[in-house]
Amino acid sequence: MNDTVESSGKRPGDPAYNFGYLDEQTKRMIRRGLLKAVAIPGYQVPFGSREMPLPCGWGTGGIQVTAAIIGPQDRLKVIDQGADDTTNAVSIRRFFARVTEVETTEETSAATIIQTRHRIPEADLRDDQVIVYQVPVPEPLRQLEPREAECRKIHAWSEYGIMHVGLYEDVARWGEIARTYDYPVMVNTRYLAAPSPIPKFDNPKMTGMAALQLFGAGREKRLYAIPPYTEVTSLDFEDHPFTVQRWGESCGLCGAGDSFLDEVILDDQGERLFVCSDSDHCRKRREEGHRGALAGHEEIRALEQADPA
Amino acid sequence: MYVAVKGGEAAISNAHAQLADERRGDRDVPELGVEQISGQLGLAVDRVMTEGSLYDRELAALAIKQAQGDMIEAIFLLRAYRTTLPRFGATEPIDTAGMTLVRRISATFKDLPGGQVLGATYDYTHRLLDFDLLEPDGDQPQAPETGPLDQAPAPRVVDLLNHEGLMETLGEPEEGFEPSDITRQPLRFPADRSARLQNLARGDEGFLLALGYSTQRGFGGTHPFAGEIRRGEVAIEIVPEELGFAIEIGDLDLTECEMINQFQGDEEHPPQFTRGYGLAFGGSERKAMAMALVDRSLRSEELGEEANHPAQNQEFVLYHSDNVEASGFVQHLKLPHYVDFQAELDLIRRLRGERDDDQAEAAE
Repeated sequence: MNDTVESSGKRPGDPAYNFGYLDEQTKRMIRRGLLKAVAIPGYQVPFGSREMPLPCGWGTGGIQVTAAIIGPQDRLKVIDQGADDTTNAVSIRRFFARVTEVETTEETSAATIIQTRHRIPEADLRDDQVIVYQVPVPEPLRQLEPREAECRKIHAWSEYGIMHVGLYEDVARWGEIARTYDYPVMVNTRYLAAPSPIPKFDNPKMTGMAALQLFGAGREKRLYAIPPYTEVTSLDFEDHPFTVQRWGESCGLCGAGDSFLDEVILDDQGERLFVCSDSDHCRKRREEGHRGALAGHEEIRALEQADPA
Repeated sequence: MYVAVKGGEAAISNAHAQLADERRGDRDVPELGVEQISGQLGLAVDRVMTEGSLYDRELAALAIKQAQGDMIEAIFLLRAYRTTLPRFGATEPIDTAGMTLVRRISATFKDLPGGQVLGATYDYTHRLLDFDLLEPDGDQPQAPETGPLDQAPAPRVVDLLNHEGLMETLGEPEEGFEPSDITRQPLRFPADRSARLQNLARGDEGFLLALGYSTQRGFGGTHPFAGEIRRGEVAIEIVPEELGFAIEIGDLDLTECEMINQFQGDEEHPPQFTRGYGLAFGGSERKAMAMALVDRSLRSEELGEEANHPAQNQEFVLYHSDNVEASGFVQHLKLPHYVDFQAELDLIRRLRGERDDDQAEAAE
């Protein structure tokens, strides 16, 4: 979040559009919304979401947040499913390259702004970084209470019993809380919030994070934020404490045993490979000389090549 | 297979090049001109302008061409362009009573001041494929010579009923009232009628058609009559600050529908008819009628009626009417979700494992 180009700013980028695509008034409106969001951690701030040239549900909220905070000195990283080379991440990165010409990077540590869908990078983020989440459904209560007017009342009164009952029903039925992603969190002990559909594996990274966490939901027209070093707790029960996913395997390429793994089906005989979902994390580890059990194998060479080198 | 999912820049560029090639189609057939679309696919252009909420025939035709005739994609293109446009101001409210009519029908009165004007309509056509249109230059129609319509004043039907006090009057807006603009401010609930009408005007024709139809079939019936449907051109006026009086800056081709619905009455008010309103660009008549039905349904609460059906539920209707939003979110499901799916796989395998263990234990 370096210096932003002020209203003069047609350049750099596509001369047909303002820097960052949005006009300066719209950016100001979004920044005001973000300031409010930071001031009331976890509270969903309604905002005048614009119709973007990318489809709703494909990251328009995150794109608007990034567009509102990005400046020419920023270095942008865009990931989807943890990886920089997934099609929609490529598409969004190309969009910003076109309308801002800022430097883009695939290296987590080199980025000043990281826009993400469905993951938080494995590496710890710093206080000079901002992570922007693309949020499809900002309302954590939506599946329990479809009415928006009701949900706003529930938040205003902090009456979150409905969510606890929902979680308890899981326990009663399956013996555990059967939520694996978009696992509800309390922000700063006040607002229930949706962490966006990140796997619950990533929830513990949210609490006390040094980086500013911004959330944009374009279609639902909401912004929210978690300021640096804010307490974020995943809901649970004393006798059913919150836990994260663990794999019996480690990454087939880099051997990491503590990262979120994607399962890749290699053939129709049930042969599978587990690889890091965070492609930058995996690449870094391989560069450092870590080798997974399947590294160099014939079947997965294409995969290694497909990963950013 | 995995590589395909992780398709990067090259795949995207190639996909777009292939799309452009398919769009052009058979090179032996002349390329479709934007003028041909706006001239010969006029109702498609009208729909794209209405739901794209931008009155520009050329750009709407361009969007239809670019989208290969996919209407929702065309609407999306026009919307995305519209967002980037600066706003110079707001017009004065249009006066549809002063419309230069090309069509005007009322289902409630056999005759009325200004008369019934059937105009160009598919109504009463027999839906038989016209094979003459298959031939080049097979379409050589001749409109009947009518000369300019000597248009008698054609006041709106609802205003005629007003004179008798049979029609609800909505009154003038309060001093300083500004209509909502849902493209600038997010919807809040309960939404006022200006926000609802704006939402419905931009809303998907198919969605509103189905909802309107549902009210006719008993899911929140409003007993409607098509009081009036009129189409024609209406002057638009603005009041520039430096002038202080209204000047005409152009005309809009519009279709307006006023539904007249069963009466209400309570201790304070004698029974009277209520209204539902529909407005669309060009000849989007089906849309205007469906919109009027749904507008009336959404007034259930303010009119003291029970609101138990989908078409009466503000949040249900207004949050789901926008086809650009709906199309985006439905289709986002084709984006990779394998991180979350992996999390679900892990859970379901574990739950099944525990179940097997329990059953094995019980068997022992």
